[in-house]
This record gives sequence, C-alpha cells and structure tokens, in this order.
Amino acid sequence: RYDALAASLTIFILAIFIGFELITKVPPTLHTPLMSGSNAISGISIVGALIAASADNAPLAAIIGLVAVILATINVVGGYLVTHRMLEMFKPKR
Amino acid sequence: MRDALINLAYVVSAILFIFGLKYMSHPRTAVKGNLISAGAMLLAVVLTLTAIGMVGTYVIAGLVIGGIIGVVLAVKVQMTEMPQLVALFNGFGGAATVFVAGAELLKPDTSTAPDVMLAAALSGLIGAVTFWGSLVAYGKLQELKMFKKPINIPSGAVVNGVMVMILLLLTIFMAGSNWSVLPYILIVIIASILGFTLVVPIGGADMPVVIALLNSYSGLAAAATGFVIDNNVLIISGSLVGASGIILTQIMCKAMNRSLTNVVFGGLQSAAAASGPAAD
Repeated sequence: RYDALAASLTIFILAIFIGFELITKVPPTLHTPLMSGSNAISGISIVGALIAASADNAPLAAIIGLVAVILATINVVGGYLVTHRMLEMFKPKR
Repeated sequence: MRDALINLAYVVSAILFIFGLKYMSHPRTAVKGNLISAGAMLLAVVLTLTAIGMVGTYVIAGLVIGGIIGVVLAVKVQMTEMPQLVALFNGFGGAATVFVAGAELLKPDTSTAPDVMLAAALSGLIGAVTFWGSLVAYGKLQELKMFKKPINIPSGAVVNGVMVMILLLLTIFMAGSNWSVLPYILIVIIASILGFTLVVPIGGADMPVVIALLNSYSGLAAAATGFVIDNNVLIISGSLVGASGIILTQIMCKAMNRSLTNVVFGGLQSAAAASGPAAD
C-alpha cells in the first residue's frame, strides 16, 4: 500500500509544480475573479463529500457527509456563478 | 475495471481544471476559462456519482439544498459585496473538508495507517483555520459591528505559536495512534481558534490578500482530504489551487506594495500602512 502512497505523493508534488507555473502575469483587474474562480475549484472536496454522504455502513458518517455536501455545493455552485458575474462586468469594455 | 475507467476519466477533469486556470489569468479568455473549470467540476461530480452507483437521499438532498443556497447567494449579491461573498464560499469549502475527513474517521472500513491519519489531521487543521479565518474576513469586509474596531490579541504571536505547537503535537499523536476521533475533534477546535486569532488583527484593507491566502489553504485542505479518501482528482485540483493561490497571493501583495509577511504578521503596523496603499 505504500506503493500507492508514493504514487499519490508523486501526483501531489507534480500538481504543485504545475500550480506554481500556471499563473505568472495576471492583470490587476483579474485578481479578484481569479481568486474567486480558483476558490470554486477548491470546492472539489465535493467529491469526498458525496462519497462520505453515501456511506451506508455508518449512519453518523453519512449525516456528516450530508453537511459536507451542502457546504461544498454552495462553494462550487456559488463560486462559479459569482466568478461568471464578475467576469461579465469586464466584458463590454472589449 | 470500472473503477480504473473512472479514475482515467478523473484525469480528463484534472486537465480541464489546469486549462481553466490558465485561461482565467488572461482577460480575453477568462470567461471561457471559468466555464471550462466549471465543466471540469461537473464532470468530476458526475463521475463520482457514477462511482457511488446507488445515489442516496443524502446525496440528492445535499446537492439540491447546497445548489439552491449557492445560486441565491451568487445571484443576489451586489457587485461591491462580491469579495466578502468569495470569502464566505471559501470558508464553506474549508468546512466541507473538515466534515469529509471527520466522516471518513467514523467509517468502520477506514484504514488507520499513519499516512491516512496524518492526512485526516491536516484536512481538519487546515480546513478549520480556513473556515474561521474566512468568516472573520467576511465579517471585516461586510463591516459587521464586532469587527469595526481593530481587535488586538494580547501577545498574539505567543498565543498563536503555542496553539501551532499543540496542533503539531496532536497531529503527530493522531498519526501514531489508531484512536483518532477525540484528537481530531481537539485539532478542529484549536485550529478554529487559531483561524480566528490569525486573521482578526489584520486590517480590512489587507483582506483581499488574506482571502487569496486562505483560498490557497482550502486547496491544500482539499489535497489532504484527497490523501484520506485516496482520490487523485482531489489531490491534483487541491494542490493546483494551493500552489497557484500562493502565487496569486504574492502577485496581489506586490500590486499593493506589501510583502506577505507584512500582511500576515504585521497586524499592528497594518493600521498605519493601510493609509499608504489607499493613496494610490
């Protein structure tokens, strides 16, 4: 099982490097939308929340999972929508 | 076989996240970038639902309730109040990781291997700091009454230092034992206090930078959760947000002529310095 951990750590470290390289020059007007957009991505914990909420062998875990699904869904749905609204504000100027 | 296919499809989702973030940082492609990233998230959710197989009441209820709240908040918000809404959403994301890792600890079939316990402890720790820190940031930007006056915690650096030490000890303890629920609850409680005391002394003008930093934290919390439930898409997108969030935080600091250490540790100076960036 430590082979699997090594593989996960490899993926983790490579993704960190991509994250560092991904964003280099960002015009100041895009700072807030980019923050908001990447905040929506961190709502990816919705995946874990869905898995937790569907645990049928541990009722308490499923209830806590339900709370997690609600919170993560707010983050994801609200996050993408509000980012879209922010970006629409810049659009007409182009 | 099916699990392998789903894991491969998660890679597609991860690639879309990378392109989404890339496009988000250029004015002309930003809208497209956000849509690609949203599509990646939708794909990840659909894949997860497929993997779960039987979709239960809790899953549907959670998606519907959360979706409605998210849409209402995002549609109703005034343009000027968007930054604090982002802070609030970010806090919810952090709280979600606390609950996911907590739920995982309660499952009878969860491994108690040191690496899983360590990742769970970190999910709870970083998630709780993110949640309470983001709530304070929200309160400050929303100009709630209790945050109107600057709050200074007496010898804050020492208090925070002690809490960090205790958190580290608890994390190590949790990683080394298979008795995890109580240490986990303690970690979440202390990290909650830490999230509060870390952000409360920072001035309102620096809040956007703080939110960017907390956003990076919530990414790291999601990555840690990925190690708990052994899911690559969480690890990849979490660490993408964690790393790109740090870079964005630095860029935002530079734009404000501040250094990151100055923002995070300069609670006392920030009142004086806040008049500086406001001038330009």
